[in-house]
Amino acid sequence: MAVARTEPVSTLRTESRTWPIMRRTILYLSMSIIGFIAVFPFVWSFLGSFKTSEDLFDFAINDPATYLPAVWKFDNYTTVWALNFGRFFFNSAFVSASITVAHLVLASTAGYAFARLEFRGRDMLFVAVIATLMVPFQVTMVPLFIMIKNFPFFGGNNWQGAGGFGMVNTYWGLIIPMFPTAYGTFLLRQFFQTLPKELEDAARIDGASEFRIYWNVMLPLSGAALAVLTVFSFQFIWNDFVWPFIITKSEELKTIQVGLANFRQEFTTDWGLLMSATMVATLPVLFLFLMTQRYFVQGIALSGIKG
Amino acid sequence: MPVTDAAAPEGPRAELLRRGRRFGTRGGLAGYFFVAPSLIFLLIFVIVPIFAALYYSFTFYDLMKPPRFIGWDNYAKLFDDLRYPRAVTNTLYFAFGTVPTGVITSLGLAVLINRSIRGIYTFRAMFYMPVVSSFVSVSLIWLWLYEPQFGLFNEIFEGLGLPRLKWLRSADTAMFSLIVVSIWKNMGLNMVIYLAGLQGIPSHLYEAAEIDGASGWQRFLRVTAPLLAPTTFFVVIVYFIGALQMFVQVWIMTTQVGNNVLTGGPLDSTITVVVLLYSNAFEYLKMGYAAAMSFVLFIIIGLVTLINVKVLGYDSFS
Repeated sequence: MAVARTEPVSTLRTESRTWPIMRRTILYLSMSIIGFIAVFPFVWSFLGSFKTSEDLFDFAINDPATYLPAVWKFDNYTTVWALNFGRFFFNSAFVSASITVAHLVLASTAGYAFARLEFRGRDMLFVAVIATLMVPFQVTMVPLFIMIKNFPFFGGNNWQGAGGFGMVNTYWGLIIPMFPTAYGTFLLRQFFQTLPKELEDAARIDGASEFRIYWNVMLPLSGAALAVLTVFSFQFIWNDFVWPFIITKSEELKTIQVGLANFRQEFTTDWGLLMSATMVATLPVLFLFLMTQRYFVQGIALSGIKG
Repeated sequence: MPVTDAAAPEGPRAELLRRGRRFGTRGGLAGYFFVAPSLIFLLIFVIVPIFAALYYSFTFYDLMKPPRFIGWDNYAKLFDDLRYPRAVTNTLYFAFGTVPTGVITSLGLAVLINRSIRGIYTFRAMFYMPVVSSFVSVSLIWLWLYEPQFGLFNEIFEGLGLPRLKWLRSADTAMFSLIVVSIWKNMGLNMVIYLAGLQGIPSHLYEAAEIDGASGWQRFLRVTAPLLAPTTFFVVIVYFIGALQMFVQVWIMTTQVGNNVLTGGPLDSTITVVVLLYSNAFEYLKMGYAAAMSFVLFIIIGLVTLINVKVLGYDSFS
């Protein structure tokens, strides 16, 4: 840039103010094109979800007016809801909420101890926790299924884990194996490390127990970090497919992603119906994301993934 | 909240603190109580299954009768399985098709949006929308877009005077179509990670480069790219490992079950290691064989991580 040498530009902010109109236009244009590519599939599927079967094929590519439904029909949605999607929706919400609460408790206690308490073997244990982030779920899924099926005292199993189905096809089986959260532990440890030590030292001198320091001093300051973890965990579990797919058999227990996948097998070419089911599964997380956008960006920044 | 002045490192208070630390009152046993619940779950549901996978990989186990030890048979069978090499090749094709292109796309996006101009948050949110939706929904949406007869893509192609493609229905284009979906789905995630990396670069480095007369492109090559190496390391590893585990897209978009055989797309052109693993474990109940497959995958992922450490030299940055 020629301007730079005569008049040193200090930040990106000022740079943008002095930018020529031409470059600005190109910038906005390219961002709009990419934004369109990112969002249009959702828009297209949203529009499709309101169309009848005939309406779906009745569009001309050079006439955008035909992209919209001829008549906005909610029939697909009522059909989808009648085909047990209400139950799938509830299951996903219940399972995601339960696991998120567990993540908050487990990750905040462990994260706090790893960040602020001193005990023998702490750093080694922390490295072990981080190392599990590299373990792909596909490696553990087969033994995990066997373990859940042979879980003692559940689903008609005896103490040796034989005789019944264990936790297979139960809420327990859907929820408990998802409790470990190396990511959450890491995230909250990073956060707790940024809090001033003086606070807990003061409380410690005043004779507060370790649990009270965690509960009354540290947690009230951690709202933002806990919000980040809440949003991440909820979204992750809501979208998770493989484990619920393996572990659920009956319609009463399927989560919304599993229901959606089965839907594809049943209604292979009924795109209106498929798209409205897709929207029922997707709109809640898109909405959650738009409401809590800043937490997503913070979460990634907090993980310490910086140059 | 009793916030007292403990900043001064002298007097009885500091003595108390020091003693406390020596005898471990900053935690002490409490530390173990705090980490125990988390570690117990991690142990039961992550660590034990890894070793269990290793054990099962040396057994024949169909969930009915107790596992029977058969030595290396499962691993030997991998070489005879006609579909396994196919699955490995497909998985690698997918990984090398998505990772480099995806990483470059995301870096480009991050550089593009790393400025505070009007409406930037809206654009960032738009780029991020595919990331927050599930793979199942995304696969269904794209399945419709790819539909050969009435799908949007072929309508656009026809409108532009290009030939219609079969997309997922042809062995030549099926995997390519899956790669495109994957890049689209992940570009926002890696973009945000790169954005965090870009914003961590001190601006005085750019100023210095500008004073030295470096052009925009030179600044990118000499300042941005080297300083983003640790971010690239992270993105490449996570992306690559994710690509090796690709399952849902294939499952939703291309698999078909006919005559009790699960095929991954036309002529098995999109079968991946995990799809094969899944079908062996949960369709044919060959738990031992599936465990052997998963362990080979685990070792490959370990190697990829190591190679990345070597090539990108993570140690020099950490």
